[in-house]
Amino acid sequence: MLKQFADYVTFSLIGLKPGSHGGEALDFFIYDTIKIFLLLTTIIFVVAIIRSSFPPERTKRILSHNREYVGNVMAALLGIVTPFCSCSAVPLFIGFVESGVPLGVTFSFLVSSPMVNEVALIMLWGMFGWKIALIYIGTGLLVAIVSGIVIGRLKMEKYVQDYVWEMQVGQQEIEELTFRDKLVYARGYTRDLLKKIWPYVVIGVGLGAFIHGYVPQDFLAKWAGRDNPFAVPIAVALGVPLYSNAAGVIPIVSALTQKGMAIGTVLAFMMAVTALSLPEAIILSNVLKRRLLLTFFGIVATAIVFVGYLFNIIL
Amino acid sequence: MKLEVLGTGCAKCKALLENVKKAVETSGKEAEIVKVEDIPSIMKYGVMSTPALVKDGKVLFSGKLTTPEEIAGML
Repeated sequence: MLKQFADYVTFSLIGLKPGSHGGEALDFFIYDTIKIFLLLTTIIFVVAIIRSSFPPERTKRILSHNREYVGNVMAALLGIVTPFCSCSAVPLFIGFVESGVPLGVTFSFLVSSPMVNEVALIMLWGMFGWKIALIYIGTGLLVAIVSGIVIGRLKMEKYVQDYVWEMQVGQQEIEELTFRDKLVYARGYTRDLLKKIWPYVVIGVGLGAFIHGYVPQDFLAKWAGRDNPFAVPIAVALGVPLYSNAAGVIPIVSALTQKGMAIGTVLAFMMAVTALSLPEAIILSNVLKRRLLLTFFGIVATAIVFVGYLFNIIL
Repeated sequence: MKLEVLGTGCAKCKALLENVKKAVETSGKEAEIVKVEDIPSIMKYGVMSTPALVKDGKVLFSGKLTTPEEIAGML
């Protein structure tokens, strides 16, 4: 139905020719923008309702009862449903380790929470289909679990800033929300998030549509195809400065896939965009000494590169 | 009463401070409003997601931005 609407506007109302560059680009743009905004609004709202039941205080309490391995798995899963903003990374980190959550388990949470987020998932689902979205969730969780276990095994507690261990942390009661409160929270959350990301979505879909209509087929196959072994690490490195713009990046990457970029490279790039960010590194340097910060980034980046190669081989 | 806005300086924290000021103004109540930015003081309240609002030492909410009307209702 959306497709018909986009076709009608482009070819009948505006009168562009089907098959022309401009016509294809505009048709694609109208269809994708409407589809993405419908998906974003509904799913963010539903996710927000779920999230309102998992404030970080509750997540912390659940995780402080778990040791390694089981704890890492739990942390990665809870990372999906616990609301997280990189500006709260410091109080969150301190709250976790102070209440006895093992360092490696804390890192599993810190990797999964920004990486497996609803915006990235909706965009992947909308632009690549549900299979890729599911693969992204699965491998994202795996990267978070493995990275956390490795960091835990390395026994790096002494590379946490010393003041963190001496801090006095109060207990906060978990407020019980009624279903009505949750709906109000979800409405506000959806509104704020959409307000923040809509320009990126429009620009991203616009650029994607342009690429779709104007860039020649197989344009990228030579550089970003699966035969170039450097494509994955380069994609990961490019993802670091693009932090938190999953909404804008995915439509562009989707269009690039049709021009020959390999899917493993796409997944690795997406994970780097969401999980590895410079601003977050700067914020985390308040609680982590340089050695632990570099180890954290190094391990996560390596795991992501590995995921990229794996899916370039099997998909 | 004493109101403390806890936040490490993110955009939402600044917005919450403004909303709290508005709420106090419209409600006509006497209140001292303080912005708390240092981590140890924030952690003392056990708050793990900012921004948060504290009234006379009790955390009213954390991890969200609320409107002046909602805040006025809590005062």
